[in-house]
Amino acid sequence: MELINQHTKKIMEGCKERARAAGLSFTDESLEYIVTNRDLLELSPKVMIPTLYDYWVHDVEVLREKGKYELYPHNPYETVINTRPPISFYNDNNPDWLNVMIFYHVLAHIDFFQNNLYFRHTWDYDFTGEALSDKRVIAKLRAEKGRWVDYAIEFARGIDNLVDYHGELADLFRSPEAECSARLNYYFDHFLQHDRKVSIAEYVKEINRYNECLRNDSDQGEKAFFTEAEHRYPELEAHFAREGEARPATRRDLLRFLLDNSEFLDRDENEWMKSVLEIVRKTSIFFQPQIRTKIMNEGWASYWHENLFLQDDRIRGHEVDFARVHAGVTAMPRVGTNPYALGMRLFSFIEEQADKGRISFAFQRLIDSDARKHYDTDVATGREFIFKVRENLCDYLFLKNNLDQDFVDLHKLFVVGKRLDQQRMVWQYYVKSRKAADYRQMIMDSLYHPPIISVDMTKGIDGSLYLVHTFEGKQLVREYIANTLMGIEYLWGGPVHLETSEAQVVAPGYTAAKREEGAPQGEIRWERVLYTMNQKVLSKKTL
Amino acid sequence: MKDVNQMRDDLNTYLEELRERGLTPEREARLVAEMETAGAGHGLSPAAASDGQLAGFGRSLYSFSDLLVLRQAVNPHYSAASLMKSLDELLERDRQREQDGFPRKIRVGKLAKPGRGGKGKVVVVPTTVEEKLFHDPTVRPPGEEGQAGGTGEGEEGEVIGEQPVREEGEGSGAGPGQGEGEAHELESSAYELGRTLTEKFQLPNLKDKGKKRSFTRYTYDLTDKHRGFGQILDKKATLRKIVETNIALGNIPDVADIDPTRFLIAPSDKIYRVLSQEKDYEPQAMVFFLRDYSGSMAGKVTELVVSQHVLIYSWLLYQYAGQVESRFILHDTEAREVPDFYTYYNSRVAGGTEVACAFRMVNEIVARENLANDYNIYVFHGTDGDDWDTGGAKAIPELERMLTYASRVGVTIAEHGQGEYGGTEVSRYLNGSGLLKSKPDLVRMDIMTEDADEPRLIEGIKRLIS
Repeated sequence: MELINQHTKKIMEGCKERARAAGLSFTDESLEYIVTNRDLLELSPKVMIPTLYDYWVHDVEVLREKGKYELYPHNPYETVINTRPPISFYNDNNPDWLNVMIFYHVLAHIDFFQNNLYFRHTWDYDFTGEALSDKRVIAKLRAEKGRWVDYAIEFARGIDNLVDYHGELADLFRSPEAECSARLNYYFDHFLQHDRKVSIAEYVKEINRYNECLRNDSDQGEKAFFTEAEHRYPELEAHFAREGEARPATRRDLLRFLLDNSEFLDRDENEWMKSVLEIVRKTSIFFQPQIRTKIMNEGWASYWHENLFLQDDRIRGHEVDFARVHAGVTAMPRVGTNPYALGMRLFSFIEEQADKGRISFAFQRLIDSDARKHYDTDVATGREFIFKVRENLCDYLFLKNNLDQDFVDLHKLFVVGKRLDQQRMVWQYYVKSRKAADYRQMIMDSLYHPPIISVDMTKGIDGSLYLVHTFEGKQLVREYIANTLMGIEYLWGGPVHLETSEAQVVAPGYTAAKREEGAPQGEIRWERVLYTMNQKVLSKKTL
Repeated sequence: MKDVNQMRDDLNTYLEELRERGLTPEREARLVAEMETAGAGHGLSPAAASDGQLAGFGRSLYSFSDLLVLRQAVNPHYSAASLMKSLDELLERDRQREQDGFPRKIRVGKLAKPGRGGKGKVVVVPTTVEEKLFHDPTVRPPGEEGQAGGTGEGEEGEVIGEQPVREEGEGSGAGPGQGEGEAHELESSAYELGRTLTEKFQLPNLKDKGKKRSFTRYTYDLTDKHRGFGQILDKKATLRKIVETNIALGNIPDVADIDPTRFLIAPSDKIYRVLSQEKDYEPQAMVFFLRDYSGSMAGKVTELVVSQHVLIYSWLLYQYAGQVESRFILHDTEAREVPDFYTYYNSRVAGGTEVACAFRMVNEIVARENLANDYNIYVFHGTDGDDWDTGGAKAIPELERMLTYASRVGVTIAEHGQGEYGGTEVSRYLNGSGLLKSKPDLVRMDIMTEDADEPRLIEGIKRLIS
C-alpha cells in the first residue's frame, strides 16, 4: 500500500474545494492509497481496515453463500472507510477523469459518514487507531494464552450480530435531564399498559397527575406521585423489583450481558477474555450503521458524483467516457435491485418533490391525479431538504417515507415474481405488482435485519442462561444453532437455552422441480421449540 | 436416441406392467412424477444462466460495492497454491480443536464446477463457516419463490423472462444470480485433494488385488550400483568395500581400533549409484462411476452423490498414482456412457429409473474389453434408492455377475426426507439378496439422508471402501 502521487492528490484537493462549495461537509484531511490485488486479499477479510486484529478465519476461504450479508454486516469491498482521517483505496492505473469521478463519490461517502446521525458513535475517535491497539492486545494475549484466544474470538464473533446497536446509539442522544427513573418508565411503559391494561383516559389522567406532582414539588414530586400510586396498586413495588431482575437493561445485547453477568468470565483466570469480547463487540457496533444505510449511502455518493462531475471544468471532453461508466454503475437493472441506482433516483426524486413543495400536507391530501401532476409551489428547497434526509434517516425510513406510487410510476418499477411452469419445466419471471406498497415491502424485506434475541432472567434455572428469540416470521438457520450455542455456553459457563420458532412443513408435495429450490413445500405450521445446550450436547424439545 | 414421445410411451407401458403387479399409492405417485420429467431430456445444465438479465433475481443489494461496481474490478481470488500451503496448518489447528473438545471447523473439498477439458481437475476449496444466529430466508410460506425488484415495461402478470429449471447441483447451491461472479472458486488438482484425503482423513487404502505389471510406464531411479564410476557416490557401500579390501590386505591389525588415515583405497572400491530404468509394477485400476440421473434425483441428492464420487475419484487418482482409469455411466431407464467427468457431473436429471441397465452396461464393457484380467475393477453407484425394477429382479443377477470380477462394488443411497418405511427400493432388494452379508468384502452399501454434510460423505467413503 502506498499513497497516491502528488499529481493525483492535487486533483483530489480540487475535488474537495468543489464539493465543499456545493454544500458537502467533511474533515480537511484524507488519505488515499493505491492497492494491488494482493493488498485486497489481505484487506477484504478485515473489512478494508488495515489494522484490524488477526484471526485465522480471515485466512480461509469462508463460505458465504447462505445469508452472506446477514453474517457479515459490512461490505468487504468498500472503497472508503469511516476513519479519522478517512482512508480510501484506488487502482494505480485509473485515468485522471475517472479518478475525479471516484473522488467525488468518495467525498460524498465521507460526507455521509460524518453527518448521518446513525454514525454518531463513530465520530469521536479514529477506528484504525483503536483497532491497532486492539490488534496489539490480541497479539499479546495470543502470546500468553495461545489458541484459546482464537476460541474466545470465535465464540464472541458467533454472537456479534446480537448487539444492541440502537440502544447504544440512543444513549448518545438522550440528554441526562430528560432521563426518567427506571420506576417511572416501568410504571408508564409496562405496568399500566400491560399489567393493569388501563384505558387511555386513565393513562392520560395518570400522566397529568404526574406532571401536577412535579409542578408542586420538583424535588419530591415523583416520590409523592408514587406514594399514591402504590396506595392504589399495592403490588406495584413487588412487580417492579421482579421486572428489574427479569429484564436487565442489557438483555438485548448478549455480548454486553455476558460481559456484565457471566461468572465464568469474572474468574481471575478468564478475566482476559473480557477484553476480547469488548473488542469484538466494539468492532461490530462500529460497522452496524454502514449496512443500515447502504442504499442511502450509495445513492448519495452517486447523486453527487454525477452532479459534481458534470460541473467540473477540469474534465471537459470526457463526458462520453463518464456517461458510460456512470450508466454502468447507476442503470436500473431489468431484474434486481441496484442500491446505487435506486438511492440516486430516490434522492433526485425527493429533491424535485421538495422543490415543488410537494413534501407537505397540502400535497399529500390531494387525490386528483392531474392536480398532483401539476402541483408546484416553486419553493425550491430541495437541496436543503435532501441534506436533512442525509442527516437523519437510515435505509428503512428512507424507503418507508419516500418511496411512493409517483416514484414507482416515474421509473416504471415493479416487483418481479418467480413461478414454475410445470409443463415446460422452466422458471418464469413475471411482473408481479406495480404497487408502491408491494415494491417498498419487497425492498424492506431484503434489508439487513438480525434476529432479536433477548435474555429472560425469570426462566433460567440454576444458573442457566435463557434466551428468547422474538419471532418475526422467519426461523433461524438450524445448522448454525449448535455451534453458536456451544460458544455461548462456553462464555456463560453453564447451560444455555434458546427459545425459538421453527417451521413444520405439513404436507410435503413431491415434485422434482419444487424440491430443488430447497424450500420446503406445503403448509407451514410454526411451532415454538426450546434448544438446550448442556455440556456441549444440544437437545431440542417442543414447547 | 429415441424421441421423447416414444420414450414416454415405453415408460407408460412399463408403468402399466408395474401397476398390474401392485404398487403402493405413494410409490405410484412418485413413479408418475418421475415419468413426467422424462420429456425434459438430459442436456447439460445451462451454465451461463447467471449472465443474463435474470441474474439480478436473488442478488442481494448488499453485494454491490464500490470496488466491484465503480472500479469494475473483480473479486480477488486466493491462489490454490497458497491455500494448499496453509492447509496443513489449518488441519493441524482443526485436530487441536477436536482435542480441546470443540467440533472441527475446516471443510476440505467443497466442490464447485469442474470445467470441461482440464482432465483430472476438480475444484476444491478449504472452507469454513462462521456460525451465527440469523434468519433463514429459504423457509417461506408455500407458493412464494422469492421476489426481486424490476424496471421497465410490462403489464402486471406479464412474463418477462424464463429460465430452464436447473435440476442439478451446480456447485454449492448456487441459485440464479449467484453465479460465478460471487462464488469464490479455486482450482486445485485432484491429486492434491486425494493427498489431503489420504493423509489427513486417514482413509483406509484399497486392498490390492494382486499387482499387475504396467505396460505403459517406466520410472527412472538411482537404484543400480556400479563400481568405479557413476552419478552419486554411495558412501556407506564404499566404506564397507574399503574396509573389506583393507582386511584382506591385512591393513587392519585390530578391528577394535581402526585408523582410517592408514586405509589403502583402490579406485574400484568406490561404489556409485547409476540411473537405471525400472519397470513399474504399480497396480492398475478401472473405476466405473454410475449415477442415477432419473427425475427423482433432482436437487440435493444428486449433489451429494456427485460430490462423493468426486472425492472417491480424486482419492483413487492419488492412491494409484495416475494409474486409475475412469469410466462414467449415467442411467435412467437406459444406461449411457459419457466421455468425461464434466458431462457426468453436469447432465440434468429426468425420466424413470432402472438400476439394472447400468449394471448390465458395466458387465458388457468389462466382458467386451476383457478388463477383468488387467485391472482392479471398482464400481461406485449413486442413487436415491428408487427403482422401478421391483425387488431387484433384473438388478440382482447383474450385480452377482459383476461381483465375480469386481474388487469392490459400492452403492451410495442418498435418501429423500420422505423415504418410505423400511428403506428404499434399492436398499430393500440389496438387503433381501443377502449379498451384503455373504460378500461383505465385495459389495458395500452406504445410506445417507438428503441433508448429509461433508464429514458424512467422507464417512460414507470409508464405509464403501474399507
